[in-house]
Amino acid sequence: MAVDIAVERTRIDGSKRRSLMVEAGIVLAVALFLILIVPLLLSDFRLNLMGRFLALAIVALGIDLIWGFTGLLSLGHGVFFTLGGYALAMHLKLQIPPTASSQLPEFMSLYGVTELPWFWQPFYSFPFTALAVLFLPGILAGLLGYVIFRNRIRGVYFSILTQAATIIFFNFFNGQQKLFNGTNGLTDFRTLFGLEVNAPGTKYGFYVVTILTLVVAYALCRWLTSGRFGRLLMAIRDDESRVRFTGYDPTGFKVLVFAISGALAGIAGALFTLQTGIISPNSMNIAFSIEMVIWVAIGGRATLIGAILGALVVNFAKSLLSERFPDIWLFFQGGLFLLVVMFLPDGIIGWLRQNGKNWFRQITGSRQIATYPSLEEDPEVEYERKNIGD
Amino acid sequence: MSGKILEIDDITVSFGGFKALNHLNFSLEPGELRVIIGPNGAGKTTFLDIITGKTKPTEGTVIFKGKNLRPYSEHQIARMGIGRKFQTPRVYLNLSPRENLQLACNRTKDVLPTLFKSPPTAERRTISGLLETIGLSHKADMKANLLSHGEKQWLEIGMLVAQSPDLLLVDEPVAGLTDEETERTGELLTSLAESHSIIVIEHDMEFVRQIAQGQVTVLHQGSVLCEGAFDQVQSDPRVIEVYLGSSEESEPDHHAPAKAAPPVDTPLAIPD
Repeated sequence: MAVDIAVERTRIDGSKRRSLMVEAGIVLAVALFLILIVPLLLSDFRLNLMGRFLALAIVALGIDLIWGFTGLLSLGHGVFFTLGGYALAMHLKLQIPPTASSQLPEFMSLYGVTELPWFWQPFYSFPFTALAVLFLPGILAGLLGYVIFRNRIRGVYFSILTQAATIIFFNFFNGQQKLFNGTNGLTDFRTLFGLEVNAPGTKYGFYVVTILTLVVAYALCRWLTSGRFGRLLMAIRDDESRVRFTGYDPTGFKVLVFAISGALAGIAGALFTLQTGIISPNSMNIAFSIEMVIWVAIGGRATLIGAILGALVVNFAKSLLSERFPDIWLFFQGGLFLLVVMFLPDGIIGWLRQNGKNWFRQITGSRQIATYPSLEEDPEVEYERKNIGD
Repeated sequence: MSGKILEIDDITVSFGGFKALNHLNFSLEPGELRVIIGPNGAGKTTFLDIITGKTKPTEGTVIFKGKNLRPYSEHQIARMGIGRKFQTPRVYLNLSPRENLQLACNRTKDVLPTLFKSPPTAERRTISGLLETIGLSHKADMKANLLSHGEKQWLEIGMLVAQSPDLLLVDEPVAGLTDEETERTGELLTSLAESHSIIVIEHDMEFVRQIAQGQVTVLHQGSVLCEGAFDQVQSDPRVIEVYLGSSEESEPDHHAPAKAAPPVDTPLAIPD
C-alpha cells in the first residue's frame, strides 16, 4: 500500500516535472522570439506599441490573479498602475544636467516652486525608485485590502470601493499642479542612467526589459497559483465561508494576493511610462481600469496566458482599428466584450482548452470514445478494456 | 471542568425580535454521538451556527473543551477542533477530491506556510487513506463537480475528518441519498464515533434509528423539548404533538429530492 503510493507519487511528480519543463521551454522560446525576431518584422513604431502592450499584459496578469483566481473584481487597478508610473517618472524628471539653469523639473519653476518638495528627494536614487515602483502600489493595495477584507466586504461592494479609490486618487493628482504638474502629468523625459531615453538602442533596451519582466511576472503568478496556495485562492473564490469553517482566515490570503497584484500593476505602469514617455492622472480614469478587466475577460479568466493574450489582442485591435476608423473603435470594443461574454464566457483560452482537443482530433481524424469521466478511471472498466478488449 | 466536551448554557439568539434559539441548554460528553431532531424552524441550523461562530449568541455561553467560544471567529473555532458539514454538500467544485482533502488536511493554515511549505509525506498518506475510506480513490484527480450528489456528501465528510477535529457537526448527511448510500453513511458515522464526538442533525427517522445508540435531543421552537433514548423520545406525547403539528402546516421537505416519500412528514410512523 505505502509502496503503491510512493510509486504513484514519483510517477505523478515525474510527469508534472516534464510538463513544467515543456512549459518553461515554450515560455523561453516565445520570449526569445519576441526579443530577437519580432524587432526584425515590425517597424519601430509598432515595436514600441508592442512594448507598451507587453507592459499592459503585466497588469492583466495581476488582474487575473485577483479576479480570475480569487474572485475579487477590482475596478481600480489604474491607481496602482499610475502610482508605479509616477514613481519612475519622478526619477526621470530629476535627471537634470548639472549645467541647467534650474535644478528643478521645469514645471515646478513654472508654478513658482523654488525648492524640491521633500518627498521628491529620495527619487534621485534609482534603487529607491525601483523599490517604490513595486512597494508603493503594493503597500497601498495591501492596506486598502486589509481594511476592506477584514470587514468582510465582498463582491459588488468591493468593486465599488476600488472605483471610489480611483476617483480620490485621480482628483488628488489632478489638483496638485505644484507637486505633480496636475492634469498634464509628467512628461518630456530625457535620460535614464545617462542614456538618451529616445535613442533607438535605449528603446530596444526598454522593450527587452519589459519582456523579461513579463516572463518573471508570469513565472511568479504560475508559482502562486499552482500549489496549495493557488488552490486555496480558488477555494476562496468558490466558497469563502467554507474556507473559514475549514480553519483558514481568508483575510490574509486576500490581502497578500491583492498586494502582489497591486505591485504588478505598479511595475507595469513604470514600464508603460518609460515607453510612452508620459504619465498623467488620465490613466487613473475609471474607463482604463475597466478596460484592464475586459482584456482578462476576453483572454480567459484564471488562465494567466489568457490575460497576456487578451491584453495584446485587444490593444492591437484598438490601435489598428482606431487608426482606420477613429470614431467607431469604442463601439467595437463594447461589441467584442459583449460577444465574449455571450459566446465565450471562459474567454479565448478557456474556449480553446475546452474545445481545442476536439478540434485537433477532428482535424487529425483520431477517434475518441466519450464516456462519463469516472468510467475512464474506473478500475473495473480499465480491467475490462485490458483483458476483454474495447 | 466537568469533562464535557461541549456545554451550551442558556443560549438565546434573536434576529430582530424573533428568537431562533430560546434559553437553550445542551451538553455533550466526549466520544458521544448525539442526534438532534426537530421540525422545520426548530432552530437546528442556528444551533450549529452558534457553535461554529457564524452567529454570536445574544445571551448565554458556548463552552468547548473548557473555553468560552464567544471571542473567537469561525476559523479560530475550526482550528480548536470543531468541524462542520453543511446541509447541502459544500466542496470546492473546481478542485479535485484529493485537492479538497489537502486543503482540509493542511496542519499549518497561515498564509506563509501554506505558500512556502510543501505538504509532508505523512499528510499525503493520510489523504490516500481517506480517499479509500470515502470510496473516491479512483476519482481522486478529477474535478469535484463531476461527482454525484452522494459522492460530494462523502467527500465533505472526508474533508471534515481530514481536519482531525474533536467535535464533528454534521447537518443532514443523508439528505438526497439513496437508501444504500444512507446506510453506508450511517456505518461511516458510527465508525467515526469511535474516535470523535459527533452531533448529527437529521430529518430521516429511519436513519436516526440506525445511528442513535445513545441519546436523542428534540428541538422545538428554539429550545430543547426532550432528551432520551430514541424509543423513549419517539413515544413521548409532546414530541408526537410537535411533529403532527408541523405536518399539518405541511411544510415541504426541500432537502430530500431523491427520496420517494420524504420521511419528515411522517417521522414517527416507522414499521417495527
